[in-house]
Amino acid sequence: MAIARNETSPLFADSALGTLKLTFYLTVAIVLMIADHRGGYIEHVRGTLSTAIEPVYRVAALPAQLGHDARLALADRRRLAEENAELGRKLMLADAALNRYASVEEQNQRLQRLLDVQHSLGLSAQLARLVEVDPGPFHRRIVLNVGSNDRVTVGQAVIDATGVMGQIVETLPHTSTVMLITNPSQAIPVAIERTGLRTIAKGGSNADTLELPTIPISADIKIGDRLITSGLGGVYPAGFPVGEIRAISNDASGLFAAAVAAPSASLDRSGEVLVLHQIYDAIGPPDLAPAFGPPANLAGDAEPIKAGKP
Amino acid sequence: MNRSRAHSVLFWGSLVLCYVLQLMPLPPTLLPFKPFWLALVVIYWSLEAPERVGLGLMFVLGLIGDVLGGELLGEQAARLCVLGFIVLRFRARLRFFPMWQQSIAVLALLLNDRIFLLMIHAFAGDPLPPPTFWLAPVTGALAWPWLFLLLDDLRARLRTHDA
Repeated sequence: MAIARNETSPLFADSALGTLKLTFYLTVAIVLMIADHRGGYIEHVRGTLSTAIEPVYRVAALPAQLGHDARLALADRRRLAEENAELGRKLMLADAALNRYASVEEQNQRLQRLLDVQHSLGLSAQLARLVEVDPGPFHRRIVLNVGSNDRVTVGQAVIDATGVMGQIVETLPHTSTVMLITNPSQAIPVAIERTGLRTIAKGGSNADTLELPTIPISADIKIGDRLITSGLGGVYPAGFPVGEIRAISNDASGLFAAAVAAPSASLDRSGEVLVLHQIYDAIGPPDLAPAFGPPANLAGDAEPIKAGKP
Repeated sequence: MNRSRAHSVLFWGSLVLCYVLQLMPLPPTLLPFKPFWLALVVIYWSLEAPERVGLGLMFVLGLIGDVLGGELLGEQAARLCVLGFIVLRFRARLRFFPMWQQSIAVLALLLNDRIFLLMIHAFAGDPLPPPTFWLAPVTGALAWPWLFLLLDDLRARLRTHDA
């Protein structure tokens, strides 16, 4: 019966029709890929389908969530069981209770540091947690549990207590995606803290380093120099730690020096991050002066020359 | 009617589970070992129930995978179509291979898929991926016998249950 079905269906016979179908689908897929690469339509599609996508993310994150809760509940159960044990195990009991409190205290300290950053800089910021979902291993993005319903918009900077993490690239109603600074298509304007030299740090092929590709060979730069954001470009506020230089060498063409830096934020470990609310004005040349020319009451018939006209 | 509905539940349920598994987080050291679950399940259903699976369905499944996973729109669709075309073309032979030979065939298909993905990344201008990029086909080929036996067992149970 299977053989008869094979012969009646044209796809499975060795005919040109099967290859034609494949060529058609591959062409459509390649056109879609090119359109998405240039036009970024996938964000529109995901925004429209957000009601269907977000439950899948929640379901996929459930096992990790249950694991965390179970670990906490097990700690409670172990403490009660050991309290009922014999007297000789009091020291071990005290140690077990201390371990549990130590982890809670560590989380408390982390949250305190984040709050300090928020207060000391006087910035309006929002606390967010990571959703435990892996959106693609080679694209270095993370997913947060705040979205457009929490007034998060595309382009906001994301930091943790020790450094800059990245930028929001996509928002759904209750989740948003952050592109980390180690993503190859992300570049962040930095300055060397010691000398003030301004340059650009890009993500590279290695998942946990930043690359600084074009540094003048005569520049004063040493291993161990700390990088901070320079504030140019208007995305990240100035003065935030970005990373530390680990290696300096000549780049492939020999015309410039290239450096490799390690980011100072814990890009793979943070559980809580801050989303900065303000989008800063770009620091750049001042706007052109408005129309110049003779005063209006002396102008006569000619119109004043407006700036910008050829 | 009951029988075909139960089979439909198994078919669509296994496909939906693929997407959830693809999104599942893993410790960072284990992340490169995550196999392409969608390809494995589509290979299984192409071998066992080809009347349900056609190139069009594979294209749509790949698109859904793209939308969920946040990659270039159309990338998984193209990969799945290429993979599925090869499987459907050689289905008559693949179906009766012994299990170890099938695993090697699955390894070859997944390696081909990785090469295709590398090509797409190169055209998109991304840098070369690290060497751990090539680990996923190996775990996929290792997972294939278990997946095959599991789904076969479930299908056999449904058949005897109705019989």
